[in-house]
Amino acid sequence: MSNPQIEIQLIAALVAMACAIPGVFLVLRKMALISDAISHAILPGIVIGFFITQDLNSPLLILLAALTGVITVVLVEFIQKTGLVKEDTAIGLVFPVLFSIGVILIAKNANDVHLDIDAVLLGELAFAPFDRLMVRGTDWGPKSLWVMGSILLITISLLLLFFKELKVSTFDAGLSSAIGISPVIMHYGLMSISSITVVGAFDAVGAILVVALMIAPAATAYLLTEDLKKMIGLSLLFGVSSAISGYWLANILDASISGSIATTLGVLFLAVYLFAPKKGLISVLYRQKQQKIEVSLITFLLHLNRHEEESERHINHLQEHINWHEVRARTVLNLAEKNNLVEIKNNVVSLTEKGLTFTEKSLEYIINNKDEKIEPMKEDFFLFRG
Amino acid sequence: MNIQEYFELVWTDYTLRTITLGTAVLGAICGMLGSFAVLRKQSLLGDAISHAALPGIALAFLITGTKDSGILLLGALVSGLVGTFWIRGITSKTHLKSDTALGLILSIFFGFGMLLLTFIQKQPNANQAGLDKYLFGQAATLVESDVQLMIIVTGISLFVMLLFWKEFKILLFDADYTKTLGFNTKFIDVLITFLIVLAIVLGLQTVGVVLMSAILLAPAAAARQWTNSLGTMVLLAAVFGAFSGVFGTAISASQNNLSTGPVIVLVAGTFVLFSFIFSPKRGLLFREIRFRKNRTNLKLMKTLQFMYVIAQDHENISHPHAIRILNNFQGYTKGSLKKLENEGWIATHGQQWAMTPKGFKQAEEMYNQKTVNE
Repeated sequence: MSNPQIEIQLIAALVAMACAIPGVFLVLRKMALISDAISHAILPGIVIGFFITQDLNSPLLILLAALTGVITVVLVEFIQKTGLVKEDTAIGLVFPVLFSIGVILIAKNANDVHLDIDAVLLGELAFAPFDRLMVRGTDWGPKSLWVMGSILLITISLLLLFFKELKVSTFDAGLSSAIGISPVIMHYGLMSISSITVVGAFDAVGAILVVALMIAPAATAYLLTEDLKKMIGLSLLFGVSSAISGYWLANILDASISGSIATTLGVLFLAVYLFAPKKGLISVLYRQKQQKIEVSLITFLLHLNRHEEESERHINHLQEHINWHEVRARTVLNLAEKNNLVEIKNNVVSLTEKGLTFTEKSLEYIINNKDEKIEPMKEDFFLFRG
Repeated sequence: MNIQEYFELVWTDYTLRTITLGTAVLGAICGMLGSFAVLRKQSLLGDAISHAALPGIALAFLITGTKDSGILLLGALVSGLVGTFWIRGITSKTHLKSDTALGLILSIFFGFGMLLLTFIQKQPNANQAGLDKYLFGQAATLVESDVQLMIIVTGISLFVMLLFWKEFKILLFDADYTKTLGFNTKFIDVLITFLIVLAIVLGLQTVGVVLMSAILLAPAAAARQWTNSLGTMVLLAAVFGAFSGVFGTAISASQNNLSTGPVIVLVAGTFVLFSFIFSPKRGLLFREIRFRKNRTNLKLMKTLQFMYVIAQDHENISHPHAIRILNNFQGYTKGSLKKLENEGWIATHGQQWAMTPKGFKQAEEMYNQKTVNE
């Protein structure tokens, strides 16, 4: 690995970490799209900042652009408050307009600005090591490394300082204001940090891929855990590993680094989305199918319990009576028999003692509106699940 | 070229006419279908879909090797639909919320698209130049066949919309009721979404993936302010959209270095801003005026109520009282006294006021909703 290669990976990893932390809170607060809005809307801020400072990595430019991000949030919230349009429409209106202003500003001053819309939108990580921080003639490494490093440091220290506050205001705004932690301050604090991170990162990975780095690791982690600390840890892990493997993918394909980082994030998300143990698509579908059969089973048992007469319990009668298809009826019957809940004598189905206890308990829970207690009870009674 | 020249040229110049017609048709179809997106709270779906279409364009080029816009847009349509249904899958099957799903699909698909585009650019057989016009769109690249395609698609969606108007409308406002009536809500839902995706894909060449969502939303959001009827809203949105297209093209054509997409967005944004402020029923300006009016009215009523309490103590309700006893009362000003007199609720004589029977009755029944409504 050559020196610039290490530096690029280091920057990518730093950007991924700096994005992952605010990303977790944005996802939990259902404000993920704010990151999209901010990342587009900072464009005019960057352009104007660039007119003033003439340096893409200047702290002043980052502050100015981050301010535009916060203004975007305020503007969106103002439009929402007027009630003229729905919340999502407000976001969808504000950022394209601001982005358009930025594009036009660049286009009108194209001759004297070394700022390219493609670069703002897509970033080019490969060039990041060329812009170096020189102090008194000594080379201190790439500028963006220092910029992202300081942003990450600020983010982490704020996270550690205000972890409790962030947590309570994220999950229960009412409780938070009751115990004296202003959700409004937390909200704008988070928005400011997100803004600053987006601005710092756009140079390296581009405006849209910042969104990928913010949302994708957090969303992936959210499918795996419900513990906030674990979620942050997992997001950091996913972000950094995607950043580094994305870099190597880009190396192989000779394509955009940021694009391949986003692609890696996407593949990672897809894998977790499909195979996550509890929240993954496959296990959700499997569980839904299981639930469906087990609900049918309970219905079936209740039916048996109600009818003493043999004609109602005759095996051929059941299908037409409960109006099930043949396959479903057989699955349910098999499940009941496997679990020793029913026995079949001369084609007449009757509840066993175990089946009777189960049915009566279920009935009691259903009558008392305590349906949720049936689920743990199944653990005690069922040898085989649906 | 200035704007005046543009409008003279538009009838004679082939390129200008094509582009203007194209952006106008695009604005109209987006406004029309955007109304549904806005009312269904799917505003940001447009943003996600337009970004999600990018890898489709790149893949279509990689597979076929042509730059025929029909084929590329077909690719965009397929990948836009894949994105849309994945978003639905995420929101319905996991506990992730729609904002996360939208942002996720948007950024990942776009990133994948960028990966493919940069990959294509490095290929040796490169006639790939021009694919990046789909990022920001270039109205200037519109040719007659593109505009024909737009008109055909607009015609078809208009036809489908009119055919399913009743179904669209009822699903929009009461999905549960629609289901109980026996409509196939899933089908209608997919149909609307499909039409929205179609409109977005159609606009990619002209305004690009980044700004497409604004063309979809802005005319509809503006139209919403002027009416409460769906039909009128759709019509108005189409008109706003078409005008944004034409004006946007005119302005960008009359200046150097201005791409059409951002200008159209800004024109549409101006429509929205104007509607937000000046719409008579919902607009901010008239709302503020009504608000002030109500506040003065409230003060007036408070004064009248205060007078009523005083007058109640006397056998003759029109017994005169000194004006200065009102001085300590907050709602009282000389102006409000004058107004009360103009309404015929009190009569003043020099430094004294007296309640009229009409005013007494008014005050007595102030809290009685029935009289107020009459």
